[in-house]
Amino acid sequence: MPDQSHVHQTTASVEQRVDAIQAAFDERGMKPGEFIEEFRHLAEEQWVPENGARVVAKAWTDPAFRQRLLANGRDAVTELGLTMPVHHRHLVVLENTPAVHNVICCTLCSCTAFSIIGLPPDWYKDLEYRSRAVRQSRTVLKEMGLDLPPEIEIRVWDTTADTRYMVLPVRPAETAGWPEEKLAKLVTKDAMIGVSRL
Amino acid sequence: MDGMHDLGGKQGFGRVRYSLKAQTFHEPWEKRVNALYSLAVKLGIFNMDEYRHAIERMEPRHYLSASYYERSLTSLATLCVEKGILTREELERRAYGAFPLSTPSAPGRPNVATREHFKPGDKVKVKTDYVPGHVRMPGYIRGKTGVVVSESPAYPFPDAHAHGVKAADEPTYDVRFSTEELWPNSADPAFVHVGVFQSYLERVV
Repeated sequence: MPDQSHVHQTTASVEQRVDAIQAAFDERGMKPGEFIEEFRHLAEEQWVPENGARVVAKAWTDPAFRQRLLANGRDAVTELGLTMPVHHRHLVVLENTPAVHNVICCTLCSCTAFSIIGLPPDWYKDLEYRSRAVRQSRTVLKEMGLDLPPEIEIRVWDTTADTRYMVLPVRPAETAGWPEEKLAKLVTKDAMIGVSRL
Repeated sequence: MDGMHDLGGKQGFGRVRYSLKAQTFHEPWEKRVNALYSLAVKLGIFNMDEYRHAIERMEPRHYLSASYYERSLTSLATLCVEKGILTREELERRAYGAFPLSTPSAPGRPNVATREHFKPGDKVKVKTDYVPGHVRMPGYIRGKTGVVVSESPAYPFPDAHAHGVKAADEPTYDVRFSTEELWPNSADPAFVHVGVFQSYLERVV
């Protein structure tokens, strides 16, 4: 048979490639089907922004918790029964104020505190956000609908190690006296990333 | 490595394709890929630094044209082949076509032998290191000066951990840079904070 190895072969579709790996794992007894179901449950039910929203609402209403959260985010979220993967050894909570606005990104890949603020949205992982958020923060935020006054200082946090970040938004003025559960409903994933204010 | 993945500060990209309540996954296979590489990590086939590095090793043309989850898939397949779990031939036979993988890995490195301890407020410079393997120093801070704002717990040193090189865990320092220092006269005024591994930093006196 002639040597065909130099002949360009058409690339399999991504679905075919995923199927290939899954089938190979299955044949080796690695039980990929079971794990996919487990993962689907985690992604859809457990790693949701409602977790971070609870943290934020608690920080807005409980000054002692807020202090603990700012001092050691990982320990503080554990008090609320929330967990982080073992390799996320540190959670830094970034406090927005009327004068300072924090926003997070990952220029090298797409790292986030996903078990707290939810898995990253598609645009967070896109080349545009990853390239531009650090260098053109004010312009990018404006394009995304957040037009910050020039006197507000912007701090961009690039998630380049296994420290994870979340933004603690400013509590809206009109919410005085609201209970925690009602406050939590205001808090969005985008506000905890820092591309919107509440 | 100075790879295609190192996107911070690259110019020419357009508007962020932003939508409210944007989704994480768009196709069912994307969730399967995420699950399959998580399973491989859980089974100890590779670690997250190896996973990240195998994405970085994709050919630039492939990296830029692949979707986020195709990059995950490529890393997963590459590492399974490199670790001897699967062969490329098996993958291509099962996929009914070519299965592009990442380019081979170059050697990693251990921690820098003499590492300094820094305190908040210390002025530091990022060393002008160029390495062939994995590194978590975005290119835009190389040689730049900033101020330490905090210290993290110790993490596995990625330059070693992605290559099976023995090394001590070391902390990162959150270092505050001004965009004026990073891109003089060519950036929006702001501060950029980066978690920089101890081995990458030196004191400015």
